[in-house]
Amino acid sequence: MNREESTIQKNVTKTVCYIVLILVTIMCLFWFYLLFVNASRSNAELSRGFTMLFSSHALENWNNLVHGTLPILYGLRNSVIISLLSAALSVYFSTMTAYAIHAYDFKLKKYIYAFILAVMMIPTQVTVLGFLQLIGKMKLDDSYIPLIVPAIAAPITFFYMKQYMDSTLSISLVEAARIDGAGEFKIFNTIVLPLMKPAVAVQAIFTFVSSWNNYFTPSLVLHTDKKKTLPILIAQLRAADWLKFDMGQVYMMIAFSIAPVIVVYLILSRYIVGGVSLGGVKE
Amino acid sequence: MEKQKNSKVVEYNRWGYIFLIPFMLVYTVFQLIPLFTTIYNSFFENYRVGLEQIGPNFIGLENYVTLFSTPDIWKYFGNTMIMWIMGFVPQILLSLLLGAWFTSPSLRLKGQQFFKTVIYLPNLIMASAFAMLFFTLFANEGPINSMLIGWGLMDAAEPYKWLSNTFSARALVAFMNFLMWFGNTTILLMSGMLGIDPSLYEAAEVDGATSNQIFYKITLPLLKPILIYVMITSLIGGLQMFDVPQILTNGTGDPTRNTMTLIMYLNKHLYSKNFGMGGALSVFLFVITAILSIMVFKFTNAGGKEKK
Amino acid sequence: MKGFKKKALAVMMAAAMVVPMVACGGGDDTATTDTTTDTATEETTEAEDTTEEEASESKIPAGAHILNIYAWNEEFKSRLTDHYKGYEELSATEGKIGDTYVKWNITPSDDNAYQNNLDDTLLKQADAADDDKIDMFLVEADYALKYVDTDATMSMKDLGITDEDLADQYTYTQKIVTDSNGNLKGSSWQACSAGLIYNREAAKEILGSDDPETVQAAVADWDKYAETAKKVAAAGYTMCSVNDTYRVYSNNVSGKWVQDDKIVIDKNMEKWIDDSKALVDAKAEDTDDLWGDDWAKGKRPDGKVFCYFGPAWFFNFCLDVDDSETIAANGGWGFCEGPQSYYWGGTWICAATGTDDADLVKDIILTMTTDKDVLKEIATADSDCVNSKSVLADLASSDEGNIALLGGQNPYKQLAAGAEKIDLSNLSKYDQGCNEELQAAMKAYFEGNSTKEDAIKAFQTAVIEKYPNLKAE
Repeated sequence: MNREESTIQKNVTKTVCYIVLILVTIMCLFWFYLLFVNASRSNAELSRGFTMLFSSHALENWNNLVHGTLPILYGLRNSVIISLLSAALSVYFSTMTAYAIHAYDFKLKKYIYAFILAVMMIPTQVTVLGFLQLIGKMKLDDSYIPLIVPAIAAPITFFYMKQYMDSTLSISLVEAARIDGAGEFKIFNTIVLPLMKPAVAVQAIFTFVSSWNNYFTPSLVLHTDKKKTLPILIAQLRAADWLKFDMGQVYMMIAFSIAPVIVVYLILSRYIVGGVSLGGVKE
Repeated sequence: MEKQKNSKVVEYNRWGYIFLIPFMLVYTVFQLIPLFTTIYNSFFENYRVGLEQIGPNFIGLENYVTLFSTPDIWKYFGNTMIMWIMGFVPQILLSLLLGAWFTSPSLRLKGQQFFKTVIYLPNLIMASAFAMLFFTLFANEGPINSMLIGWGLMDAAEPYKWLSNTFSARALVAFMNFLMWFGNTTILLMSGMLGIDPSLYEAAEVDGATSNQIFYKITLPLLKPILIYVMITSLIGGLQMFDVPQILTNGTGDPTRNTMTLIMYLNKHLYSKNFGMGGALSVFLFVITAILSIMVFKFTNAGGKEKK
Repeated sequence: MKGFKKKALAVMMAAAMVVPMVACGGGDDTATTDTTTDTATEETTEAEDTTEEEASESKIPAGAHILNIYAWNEEFKSRLTDHYKGYEELSATEGKIGDTYVKWNITPSDDNAYQNNLDDTLLKQADAADDDKIDMFLVEADYALKYVDTDATMSMKDLGITDEDLADQYTYTQKIVTDSNGNLKGSSWQACSAGLIYNREAAKEILGSDDPETVQAAVADWDKYAETAKKVAAAGYTMCSVNDTYRVYSNNVSGKWVQDDKIVIDKNMEKWIDDSKALVDAKAEDTDDLWGDDWAKGKRPDGKVFCYFGPAWFFNFCLDVDDSETIAANGGWGFCEGPQSYYWGGTWICAATGTDDADLVKDIILTMTTDKDVLKEIATADSDCVNSKSVLADLASSDEGNIALLGGQNPYKQLAAGAEKIDLSNLSKYDQGCNEELQAAMKAYFEGNSTKEDAIKAFQTAVIEKYPNLKAE
C-alpha cells in the first residue's frame, strides 16, 4: 500500500465519518427544533398537526404561562434543588462506596460487593409501594428528603465507579500518599476524587437528568403546589380544564424546563468530552 | 517489621467499613425495608377495591400460582426482551463506532467537541415530551406517512397505522429508547476510553498498527470493565423498560398487548394497590434479572477477576 | 463558532441562576454542601439552598382554621374565585373565606395519581388533625360511586341541603352521586348532556339539507345512523371514530357492568362492538383515539369528517374556533340530539365525612350549584352548560343561547331536552375501569388484529387486573 493510496483511503473514511456524524446530529437536534417550533404555536395551530415552520405565538404562550396560576418559578427552583443535591450526594457517596470496595481488604468485602450488585437488579418500581408506606410512617410525606437522601445509595452509580476504578485507578498512588502521611479520608477527597473527575462528571449528569425528568416518585410524594417539581407541573398543565387547556403553553413549559438541564449539561460536558487527561494514572 | 506492616494494613482496611456506612445505612432504610415488605407481601392477599381494603390474608404461594397460571407473563417477558434487543443492538453498535472514531488517533476528526456534546442531548427530553412529538410525526396523516405516500411507497387511502401493528409499534418503542439512550452509552464508553493511556496508542501507531487493529487490540480489551457495565445496566434498564411503551401506548401495551413490558404489567397491579400480585411479580422480575445478569457476567468472564 | 457557544452558555447560565434567586430574594446562611464536584455545581447549590425555608412559607398563619379542598385541576378553583363572593385569593393554592383559610390540594389525574392521593388521605381521615382533614373533594362521574357509595362522603341531607334546594337540578346529575341506599352525596354545577355535532357542508351534500331536524331524522336511531354512515362513506367522508360513539352506547345500558362480582357485557355494549365493527369494515368509521392528531383532522373541511359527539363544552374546547381555517370559524357546524341521549363530563363536589367546616361546605355547595344568579353568571362567563333547568330554559328561549360556530343555532333546547332523558340507573363503581378497558381491547378487533372472542378475553383480563375481586363469567 503506497502512501498516496492510504491518504485517499483516509479521506474517504473521514468523509464517511462526517456524513454519519452529521446525520446523527440531525437526528439528535431535530427534536429540540420541533419542540421549539411547537412552543411558538397556538393551541389551535397545534391541533393542525406537524409543521417545520415557526409561528408567532411564542411570546403569547410565555406570557400565558408566567401569568397563569402554576408556580413555575418555584417549580424550577424545586427541581434545581432536588436534582443538584441528588446528583451531588449520589456521586460523592457512590464513589466513596466504590473506593471502599476497591482499595481496602476486609472480611465482608466480597459479600458486600455481591450484595450491592444484587440490589442493583431490583427495579425501583418494585419497591415503590413499600417505600411510600415507609415515608408515610416516617412522616416524610410532602418533603424533599425522600427524593434526595436515597440518592446516597445508588447501586448503579456505585457499580460504574467501581468499574471505572478497576480500569484506571492504581492503588500505588494511594500507597504513595499514605507514605506521605495523609489520612484515609483526606486521601479520598484530595487524591481519589479528583482522579475520578470524568467518571464523576458522567454520573453527575446522568443522576441530575434522571432526577430532573423524574415524574413518578415526586408525584406520589409532593402535594403542595409550591413544593412541586417541573414534570409534575407539566402534567398539571396538561390536565387543565377545557377553559384553560392550551397545548402551546404545555410546549412552552417543556421548552422552559429543558433549558436548565442543557446548561448543567454544557457545564459538565467539558469534563466528559474535553479530553481531560488522567495525569498520573499510568499502569 | 512484617507484623507492624500488617497491623497498619488492618488499620487502613478498617476504613473500608467506615466508607461503607452511608451507603449501607441509607440503603437499609430506603430500599431494604421496602424490599422486604414487598417480598413479604407476595404471600398475602392484599388489595383495594375502591376505598375498600381486602386483606391482608395469608395465602401462601397462591399469588405465584395465579401469576403463572397463564402464559401471559412469559409473553410480557418476551416483549420486553424483544424491544430491548431491537433498541440495544443498534445502540451499542453506533456507540462503539462513534467511540472508536472519536478516539482514533489516525482520524483526528474536526468538531469532535460539538458532536460529542450533541449526542447526549436527546436524553434531556422527558419521555412524555418525546412521545408527544412521536404521536404527531407518526399519526396516520402525519408527515412520515405523507412522505411515504409522496414516494409512492404507500397507498393514500390506506395510511399505515404505526401504533396498531405489532412490528412497527415495537420498532417505535425501540427507536425512541435508542434515541434517548445511545448518547448515554457513547458517553460511558468514551469516558472509559479517556481513561486509556494515550501513550499506548502512540506506541501502536509507531509500530504501524491500523485503526482497526488499535480498536480491537487496545481499545476493546481495556474497555472491558466499562463494556460489562454498559451491558449489565442496559440489560437491567431494558428489563425495567416502562415509561416509553407506557406513554406511547397509553398504558395499554397494544396492539393486543404485544408491547406490554413486565413493569407495565406490574403497574397494572398498582392500580388496585395489589401488593400481593405486585410483590409476586417483583420477585419474579428480580429472579429473572439476576439470572440474566449472572449469564452476562459469566459470558464476559467477569471483569477484574484475573487482576486479583 | 466556539466563541458563540461560550457566549450562549454564559447567557444561559446567568439566566438559570438569576431566575431562582429573584424568586427567593436571598438570605445569607449557607446550607452544608458536601465537598464534592466542581465549583460551578457547588455555587449553584448554595444559592438554591438559602431559598429552602421560603419555599415552605405559606400565606396561611400558624394555627389558622383551614378548609382543605382536593381537586385534579384548577377548574373549580377558578369558578370559586370568580363567582363565590367572599373568596379572596391569597396565592395560586391558597385563599381565604372570612376567617377560614382555603388550601387547594391539586394532583393531576395522570397515572391515577389524583385518586391514589385522595384514597390514602381519606383512609387516614379519621386519625388526622382537624386542619389536615379533607373537607371537600371533587369527583368525575366515571368513578364517583367509588367514593359516594362509602362512608367517606357526607349525604347532602346531613349537610342540611334539602331536596327543595336541589329541585332545579337535572335528575341524572344526582343519580351519579346517589349511593346504593338512595342518599344523595354530591352536587354539580354542570349538566353536560350531549348530542351530535355535524358538519353542515357535508350534511347538505349527503342529506340534501343541513337543517337540524333533517339530520336528526337521519340519525334518529342506530339503524338509521348506520344507513347514513354508509352514505357518508360513499361520499368520501368518515362518520366519526368508534370512540366518539362509545359514550352514547355506554350511557344506555340495561344493566350494570358488574353483577354478583361478575363482569357482564350488556347487550347495548355488544351492539356497540358489532355496529362499530361493521362500520369500520365499511370504512364509514375509523378507530382514532380521542384528542389525537388524526381525530382532530375533522375540525377542518379537508378532514372530511361528518360529525363529532359532544356536549356544550366541546364547542369551544375542541373545535378550535380561533383558527380561521376550521369549520367552526365559519360557523359550519350544526347540532342535533343524535341516536340516544347521553352526557359527557362534569365535575361533582363531595363533602368529606369528618369535615370540621360543614357549614362553609354547605354554603359553597349551595351557592355554586343551586344559586340561579351564580349559575347564570357561570353559564355566560365560562360557557358551562349549567345544572339548572330554569337557566337552560332561559338560554333556550333567548338569543343569548345562539352560538356562532353552530351557524347561529341555539342548541340549548336540545341540550335541555337531552338532559331530561338521560337515565343513569345502571352505574357502578367499576365503570371507569370497564369503559377504558373495553375501548382499548376492542380496538384490536376493529382493526383486524384480533378476533372478537380474544378481544373480549383481553378485556376481561384487563378488568380483573384492575379489580382483583371480580370474575370473568
